[in-house]
Amino acid sequence: MDLLNAIVALLNFVVIPATAYGAQLALGALGVTLIYGILRFSNFAHGDTMAFGTAMVILFTWLFQSMGIHLGPLPTALLALPFGIAATAALVLGTDRAVYRFYRKQKAAPVILVIVSMGVMFVMNGVTRFIIGVGEIRFDDGARFVINAGEFKKSTGLAEGLAFRSTQALTIVTAILVVAALFWFLNRTRTGKSMRAYSDNEDLALLSGISPEKVVAVTWTISAALAVIAGTLYGLDKSFKAFNYFQLLLPIFASAIVGGLGSPLGAIAGGFVVAFSEVSITYAWKKVATYVLPESLAPDGLMQLLSTDYKFAVSFAILIIVLLFKPTGLFKGKSV
Amino acid sequence: MSRSSNPYQDDRGNKDRSITREGKGEVDSTRKSGSTRPAPGGPFLAAENMTGGYGAADILHDCTLTVEQGQIAVIVGPNGAGKSTAMKAVFGMLNLRGGHVKLDGEDISELTPQDRVARGMGFVPQTHNVFPSMSVEENLEMGAFIRTDDFKGTMEQVYDLFPILKEKRRQPAGELSGGQRQQVAVGRALMTRPKLLMLDEPTAGVSPIVMDELFDRIIEVARTGISILMVEQNARQALEIADRGYVLVQGANRYTDTGEALLADPEVRRTFLGG
Ligand SMILES: Nc1ncnc2c1ncn2[C@@H]1O[C@H](COP(=O)(O)OP(=O)(O)OP(=O)(O)O)[C@@H](O)[C@H]1O
Ligand SMILES: [Mg+2]
Repeated sequence: MDLLNAIVALLNFVVIPATAYGAQLALGALGVTLIYGILRFSNFAHGDTMAFGTAMVILFTWLFQSMGIHLGPLPTALLALPFGIAATAALVLGTDRAVYRFYRKQKAAPVILVIVSMGVMFVMNGVTRFIIGVGEIRFDDGARFVINAGEFKKSTGLAEGLAFRSTQALTIVTAILVVAALFWFLNRTRTGKSMRAYSDNEDLALLSGISPEKVVAVTWTISAALAVIAGTLYGLDKSFKAFNYFQLLLPIFASAIVGGLGSPLGAIAGGFVVAFSEVSITYAWKKVATYVLPESLAPDGLMQLLSTDYKFAVSFAILIIVLLFKPTGLFKGKSV
Repeated sequence: MSRSSNPYQDDRGNKDRSITREGKGEVDSTRKSGSTRPAPGGPFLAAENMTGGYGAADILHDCTLTVEQGQIAVIVGPNGAGKSTAMKAVFGMLNLRGGHVKLDGEDISELTPQDRVARGMGFVPQTHNVFPSMSVEENLEMGAFIRTDDFKGTMEQVYDLFPILKEKRRQPAGELSGGQRQQVAVGRALMTRPKLLMLDEPTAGVSPIVMDELFDRIIEVARTGISILMVEQNARQALEIADRGYVLVQGANRYTDTGEALLADPEVRRTFLGG
């Protein structure tokens, strides 16, 4: 039995990757939950908003790199982020003006807006691929590791290495900062409170002199910013491929619904629930088990519940279970 | 949304809560205000000859409501008479086909509800009149949303008027009792320091003791010079404090007089006040 090596292996292959992935999902789910809470429909275009935003960040990253601008140990993408957010916010606000506003004026039933967002999704999908292509792009630069597996082994003398990539560290730190800023904004500022008021009661918000169109614009902008940040962090951590973001829609919605749609706190909790489930169900536990169990009980197989190819099935299963047994989610979202 | 003939509002029964959320507002928020015209003379509020409804069919027929400065006007009438509809019309939440609304010597018929708030109108709707997930204090803050000056003083005045609200100021409004919620609703509307306060059944669903309390508070508010236009289900008590009373039936004015005269009118007593 070798508990220390088991813990290191667990950290290395499950805890750290799942935490980073969970933070990315949480940021994505926050955007979805905001739109749901305030505009009252599920925005199916959110995944492709992430893809578009990340594509913009990549373009700006390349531009800065070609100009010789770097951030030292940090990825250049961080510098490109504000520009990517601005471009994406412009696209999303333009879409609202050209598409959603019409349906808002018609007081369209929310389910119609869901379908409209699907149309927007296909268009954004095409636009993104047209701009940046369908291939895989790696755009992380700067320092690769905070903790290097080889050095970790050497300095601790353990058999297991522990790697903590800088993109993972960056993801976690950024997520904490963004979430703190968002909660401060929603609970402390006048505009943030007006968004909550509009979410509670549109007509009364209007009767209080809150401009609904402004609330809608701010909501889109924030959700675009969250999408670009989540998308960029995901792209830095793994790699960028337009299609992957479309696929991310499922775990993101699962996160938002597990937490309770409309509840920002729930979106965060949901992100980690989904990420940890996905990673731990698709992880081959053989290594950890070998360290922990006595030799006689050592497993023969990989001890992997599901191949990683089926990772989206995990989100899907979680989604179904939640909708069947606790449809309001962990944090009692708005009337799901 | 089946009431409407608008195909965009027809969801064919699909109300999947995991992808959509109930509770859309009724007011078109994309509309822009038109211009106002000076209309000197006449009462403080004069909503005259209002005709219109929610869709193709008219609910209001040539309905007229006026309130003098600092006075209380009360609208009574049977269920479905169009009392709430008339209030919404005065507030610009309805597309009127005919008639106009004048406030303080200005024709404001073309203004959106938001802009009417800025002109000094405050409205407490019949239902859904608080922000349930927000604290009492936040509800009052939202009431003061359009104010750029310091509104702490007004908030203290509201707390003086409704002391229970000060006690519960950190509690979400949705968790309060019916009477307390109505106080939050009135308090929210007072935060803009309106010149005209419109109340749609402020005593609905509260106990008789709380009702008397609320009426006292409303009289207190009127004494400060605020004009009040109020719909009331408790017709007798309401007409007792009314300077002017309107009996509305099927969207039209049936009787109009001082509160006192209406209470004394045997015809009104028999048909609307239960003897
Ligand atoms: N949003 C709406 N859309 C379509 N029709 C409506 C709407 N609201 C009310 N109506 C209709 O307008 C008519 C008048 O309703 P209104 O609510 O104004 O009556 P009321 O006098 O306020 O009744 P109560 O005493 O029950 O509050 C009713 O026939 C009602 O069905
Ligand atoms: Mg009514």
